[in-house]
Amino acid sequence: MRFMLLFSRQGKLRLQKWYTATAERDKKKMVRELMQIVLARKPKMCSFLEWRDLKIVYKRYASLYFCCAIEEQDNELITLEVIHRFVELLDKYFGSVCELDIIFNFEKAYFILDEFLMGGEIQDTSKKSVLKAIEQADLLQEEDESPRSVLEEMGLA
Amino acid sequence: MPAPIRLRELIRTIRTARTQAEEREMIQKECAAIRSSFREEDNTYRCRNVAKLLYMHMLGYPAHFGQLECLKLIASQKFTDKRIGYLGAMLLLDERQDVHLLMTNCIKNDLNHSTQYVQGLALCTLGCMGSSEMCRDLAGEVEKLLKTSNSYLRKKAALCAVHVIRKVPELMEMFLPATKNLLSEKNHGVLHTSVVLLTEMCERSPDMLAHFRKLVPQLVRILKNLIMSGYSPEHDVSGISDPFLQVRILRLLRILGKGDDDSSEAMNDILAQVATNTETSKNVGNAILYETVLTIMDIKSESGLRVLAINILGRFLLNNDKNIRYVALTSLLKTVQTDHNAVQRHRSTIVDCLKDLDVSIKRRAMELSFALVNGNNIRGMMKELLYFLDSCDPEFKADCASGVFLAAEKYAPSKRWHIDTIMRVLTTAGSYVRDDSVPNLIQLITNSVEMHAYTVQRLYKALLDDISQQPLVQVASWCIGEYGDLLVSGQCEEEEPIQVTEDEVLDVLEGLLVSNLSTPVTRGYALTAIMKLSTRFTSVNRIKKVVSIYGSSIDVELQQRAVEYNALFKKYDHMRPALLERMPIMEKTASNGPTEIVQTNGETEPSVVEAKHPPPVTQPTNQANDLLDLLGGNDVVPVIQNTVSTKPASAGGELLDLLGDLSLSGGTSPAPAPSVPTSQPSFFLDGLTSQPLFNDIAAAGIPPMTAYNKNGLKIDFTFERANPNPNIAVITIHASNSTEADMTDFVFQAAVPKTFQLQLLSPSSNVVPALNQGTVTQVIRVLNPQKQQLRMRIKLTYTHKGSAVQDLAEVNNFPPQSWQ
Repeated sequence: MRFMLLFSRQGKLRLQKWYTATAERDKKKMVRELMQIVLARKPKMCSFLEWRDLKIVYKRYASLYFCCAIEEQDNELITLEVIHRFVELLDKYFGSVCELDIIFNFEKAYFILDEFLMGGEIQDTSKKSVLKAIEQADLLQEEDESPRSVLEEMGLA
Repeated sequence: MPAPIRLRELIRTIRTARTQAEEREMIQKECAAIRSSFREEDNTYRCRNVAKLLYMHMLGYPAHFGQLECLKLIASQKFTDKRIGYLGAMLLLDERQDVHLLMTNCIKNDLNHSTQYVQGLALCTLGCMGSSEMCRDLAGEVEKLLKTSNSYLRKKAALCAVHVIRKVPELMEMFLPATKNLLSEKNHGVLHTSVVLLTEMCERSPDMLAHFRKLVPQLVRILKNLIMSGYSPEHDVSGISDPFLQVRILRLLRILGKGDDDSSEAMNDILAQVATNTETSKNVGNAILYETVLTIMDIKSESGLRVLAINILGRFLLNNDKNIRYVALTSLLKTVQTDHNAVQRHRSTIVDCLKDLDVSIKRRAMELSFALVNGNNIRGMMKELLYFLDSCDPEFKADCASGVFLAAEKYAPSKRWHIDTIMRVLTTAGSYVRDDSVPNLIQLITNSVEMHAYTVQRLYKALLDDISQQPLVQVASWCIGEYGDLLVSGQCEEEEPIQVTEDEVLDVLEGLLVSNLSTPVTRGYALTAIMKLSTRFTSVNRIKKVVSIYGSSIDVELQQRAVEYNALFKKYDHMRPALLERMPIMEKTASNGPTEIVQTNGETEPSVVEAKHPPPVTQPTNQANDLLDLLGGNDVVPVIQNTVSTKPASAGGELLDLLGDLSLSGGTSPAPAPSVPTSQPSFFLDGLTSQPLFNDIAAAGIPPMTAYNKNGLKIDFTFERANPNPNIAVITIHASNSTEADMTDFVFQAAVPKTFQLQLLSPSSNVVPALNQGTVTQVIRVLNPQKQQLRMRIKLTYTHKGSAVQDLAEVNNFPPQSWQ
């Protein structure tokens, strides 16, 4: 996978993950172009399209479009499953996820994505495993915020 | 200084903005606050500030002043800081800025951190945006982690290694030892990422590929377990066990099995099993089937399996899910060349897809339909394709029209059908046909001699309807100019001839000249057509008048033509009939590529000389045998592997093997083997890079050479480059005779090594007059797709002073420009 974008029906970008080094202005150009193309698609059309030298796989979940750019030799159908898995992870984490969750907790959405994919490839095919890792990491974060007293750490308080 | 506002607070505030301007104002205010907070080196709130910056960055606002702050966060001891810091690094930093290198040390430390989640962050960042320099510095750490027993880290290290290899391919070797027992892992995360790593290595290096072939049985076993194992809640997707891993394994098997008989055989069974047992009701099952089909088609599978694969694709075509139909069409397009008959069986389904609503599906179906057209189905297919052309979107029309022309040219069942098809395309999609179609069509029309009357009549009628489509108008004008006499004499056999007078025809043509719809090119066609009619029609005065009017046209091209035609009327009237005669049938030149020179692979018959019009010889069959002798007999296997021990010591490559390995049956011994530079194979490779590129203009400067000069017979070669194919060198031989007697029954033959193709056109004569009173010329066309050094063996036979003379010679002194 080269990159993944999440954007709303109004053309607002909610998440962008790039797996290749690209200049900032090229990124902006590509995002604008793709958003235009995908938002113009009618509901009956298929989820794949050719764009430049890449294949674009997109799927709409409620008000959000999940859009991935894959290479010539990648499997489009399984990419749809990858997108679906990501949505499931978000759903499990946020509890019935909606666009607002992703807007207000975008950094958490990134953390989940980065636990699920790396360099565009799946790190772990087990939903449980990915969610557990996020949970543990969140705990670490909480420990940062409320450091335990020496006695607590020793288990004496 | 009050605490900076929280992230969520900021987001909420910004979302209340009602206009872009309002939003910009809020952003600027907050950016200013953040900047001053950064300046104060505030550790407590740095994390919060950077998070806000990342949000604003996503909205499209500049955030580069936060880059260094990300680095500071990464260096912090707090996990929260690191998390945001690394995220910021991935979003804001890129390898174009030197700043990113400052991260390297932090990442190195974090890769060795005691907490695996910190290590994970470091691996993730490196694996997503690590530059080549960073990868070089940290590859060792990644390699270490690849060997750890902690599966959480191992899986991440594997993907990080993939990124390192992509950035710095030379480092691939160092990861090889660590891959040793990757596949014996039970953890699916490690398995999946390991397969990805192995795939990456195999794709990049043939050595690695050969090395990893031994993993095929293990991969087959893992795949089998996945299919046969019962329900596993952790990896189940709609009843299928870990489809992601299955697909990745299938893809790796594809790479390992390609071109290798043993590996392909080892995976035949499992592929058949997956193909038949996978549940197809959901997308996930079809995803696996799709990957399986791709694998079957790419490896050396047995034919039964291939048919199975095509049938799966056929079933996909009937699936309600348009995504499935789309991938089916894409895959069929890839396989239509190799498994043509199997794909033909699904032709009607494919043709139905032309009517699909989805643009991508329509395009695929169109491409596939053209690939499936053959002599048997041309009429039916063309009907469908023309219907498609009528109703399709403009973006398709050009490609469809070109496709129709090509197909019609190859498979037209009759000339009339061909002309009708062309007419249909011109009238329905006339403005979309490519520019080169016009000359192609004209050439086609001239060749269908018996259809001229019919063609010009139909074109004339089309013009009466519509003069807006330029290609149609151009072809029509040209035809009317050529065959206008047939038009007015009402000679059409194919259909009811129309009654039209000369004046009416001239009205139409003049109408084109004045119409706003006509482009300058079209006007040129029209004027020339009118001029041509001056020899075919009787109303010459009218034509003279028109021509003289345009002598003062603003359009320079038109003016020039008119002036020249005027001159023709005034001063060269006696030449006019000859000049404006009917055009002869045109030779088809290589317009869409080298159509008349067929490319052959190394494995087929050796290239044989084809004389287009064989000169009169007493025993043509022996002639052919002699020629094959020239090339070392009827070897079908390329001679490259053979080394004959009787080679001269200077033999430097397979080319010399090819030409040197033969014994001649009767006839003089060959000219002494020329001394060949021993560095032959590398020479032309160097030549390709160090020599400047030669193009057609330079070709004119290729110096001529003397190929043969013996016993009074001298043969010179002159060169030119054939247009448009620069791989074809056109050599003209000039044979002259300095003796006092003519050389009669002169035959020139030539042979070239396997990688070339040669075509000999007919000679100017077969008598080389004595005392250099004249030359015999003959044209040789040599196709040299691999740009190898041109070498040729020639055989000359002639009768001189009553006796038959035969000689063989090698020509090696070709100037480099003739073959580079």
